[in-house]
Amino acid sequence: MEVNVKLFATLRDGRFKEEKANINENTQVSDVISKYNIPKEEVKICLVNGRDADLNQTLKNGDTLSLFPPVGGG
Amino acid sequence: MKIYRVNMSKLSFSIEDVPERWNTLGGRGLTSTIISEEVDPACNPFGSKNKLVFAPGLFAGTKAANSGRLSVGAKSPLTGGIKESNSGGTAAQRLAKLGVKALIIEGMPKDDKWYTIHVHKDGVNIKEETELLGKGNYEVIHTITSRYGENTGVMTIGQAGEYKMSTANISVKDPKGHLRSAGRGGLGAVMGSKHIKFISLDDNDGEGIEIKDKKKFDDAAKIFNQGLLKHPVSGEALPKYGSNVLMNILNEAGGLPTKNSRMGRFEGAEKICGETMHDTIVERHGDTTHGCHVGCIIRCSQTYNDKDGSYLTSGFEYETIWGFGAGCMVDDLDIIAHIDHECDDVGIDTIDTAGTMMVAMEAELLKWGDGEGILNLIESEIKSGTPLGRILGNGPDFTGKAYGVLRVPTVKGQTMPAYDPRAVKGIGVTYATTPMGADHTAGYSVAANILKVGGSVDPLKKEGQSELSRDLQIATASIDSTGLCLFVSFAVLDFDEVFISVLDMINAQYGVEWTKDDWNNMGEYVLTIEKEFNRKAGFTKNDDRLPEFTSEAIPPHDAVWDISDEELDKVLQF
Repeated sequence: MEVNVKLFATLRDGRFKEEKANINENTQVSDVISKYNIPKEEVKICLVNGRDADLNQTLKNGDTLSLFPPVGGG
Repeated sequence: MKIYRVNMSKLSFSIEDVPERWNTLGGRGLTSTIISEEVDPACNPFGSKNKLVFAPGLFAGTKAANSGRLSVGAKSPLTGGIKESNSGGTAAQRLAKLGVKALIIEGMPKDDKWYTIHVHKDGVNIKEETELLGKGNYEVIHTITSRYGENTGVMTIGQAGEYKMSTANISVKDPKGHLRSAGRGGLGAVMGSKHIKFISLDDNDGEGIEIKDKKKFDDAAKIFNQGLLKHPVSGEALPKYGSNVLMNILNEAGGLPTKNSRMGRFEGAEKICGETMHDTIVERHGDTTHGCHVGCIIRCSQTYNDKDGSYLTSGFEYETIWGFGAGCMVDDLDIIAHIDHECDDVGIDTIDTAGTMMVAMEAELLKWGDGEGILNLIESEIKSGTPLGRILGNGPDFTGKAYGVLRVPTVKGQTMPAYDPRAVKGIGVTYATTPMGADHTAGYSVAANILKVGGSVDPLKKEGQSELSRDLQIATASIDSTGLCLFVSFAVLDFDEVFISVLDMINAQYGVEWTKDDWNNMGEYVLTIEKEFNRKAGFTKNDDRLPEFTSEAIPPHDAVWDISDEELDKVLQF
């Protein structure tokens, strides 16, 4: 199955902005993070389809996964 | 320290001792105290009874990093309530170095003449001004810098302040000779009503800062400063991308108010986001990071150049880019930068001008997405003070009434900023209940709702939002009193030793023994007097409500505003 992976801020460095990823069933968010060699401690905010998710959430076909390092402003 | 008091009715000046009860007040705590004690809440904001107060924070001029914010207070012509708006720039530290705890401007001239105030170690000089009338803020700053020298602070109003428009701000010269603004609430119009075009500051031979226990202060400041650098938000993300790094995350989270809050996502977000802005600045040889005041180590400001590599704007903030961008459906960062420059020069708040332009688009004065049209309205109408310009310059509510627009995105007349209250419910509680009118900085619940700083509260659920907003509003009222930049809060919220270092600095500088309770009490005190001022000015609980359109579902999450009136009424009951 396929999910849409979006990276932001410094996570884009040396990687990409957005990519379709082919994954197996029962793939968790943390598996995708490992697939792209992103150190887990660099991921502060994780959204699946725009909602808060944790690293062990299982992804479904067509999900959008958005990953952010620590960011702030205001 | 001392109080400088200027009476514009008599064109006179006095130096006063600081009343003992004001000793441990600064910044917002002091401006709101003075407005509460000395201004009739029922007064006309443009009349002689209103006062304009400038106050550096408790730590201004010290080694504490990021302590150079300036608070400005008055009764607001935009909201009709009490207002504190704070700004970077070089003024707060100059006032502190002069030993001036507050500069109070009262009365108004009996004639039609305009004046300037020059502040120095022996007092102030009030002089008539003719040359710079009708000029924009950039020209004022450049002219005053060449008139008095590089090392001169400037606080100025543009044309909008002269016209007494309710979105007019007060601009403060920054270390690079550009400007920062006390943006919200129309304080520039109050300065204009007193016929003051600019205030210049010379801190030469000032009496300096008194610190009771210097060693203890320095030790605490070291912990504080290191904490700011250690936190990934203030130490890495803000210096690199500025506050506009938020564009993509609000877009992804479905909380980016788009097309006057019809949608929570904007198709053009990537074109105007912080990552794109960073790359554009680098490509055009701008400056990706600098501070808005001396001693700022977070350095979230930047210089954004145009395509030819010439200076276009600085202090280019997320809220500005959201407002004219997603809010108005404009996906061109260069046009938004031009608009930001014009707003700064004319002297109007970017958030309330963006809210006004959304209303203008509702009224079909402009098409959605027409960035050039926005620029034209500012340059040709607001700057010139035409009848249309005066309608727009008075903000979204005024414009909405003039054109019969129902969908006006304000609370207490002030525009809701860059976070949709239905999809980021904690910030909705702040918009509704802060005495300031819709203001994200008054209790930045976005931190726990979206950024996962200072805890984690699901942005789409009702639970926990009132407590979150209340605690942050209290902490913010205290932070605003210290003169610390609000961006220190990320480290203060996450690192206990940084919070303790703030208490230690207060205790060392002022010779007191404050605990966490005293810190919270200060915040509650400030909010209490502000709410009481608003009550006497005629506000009721019905003013603590969001616009009616927030009962409509906003995509992608189809979120609605569902926090009850009864719950809102309890938020700031102490």
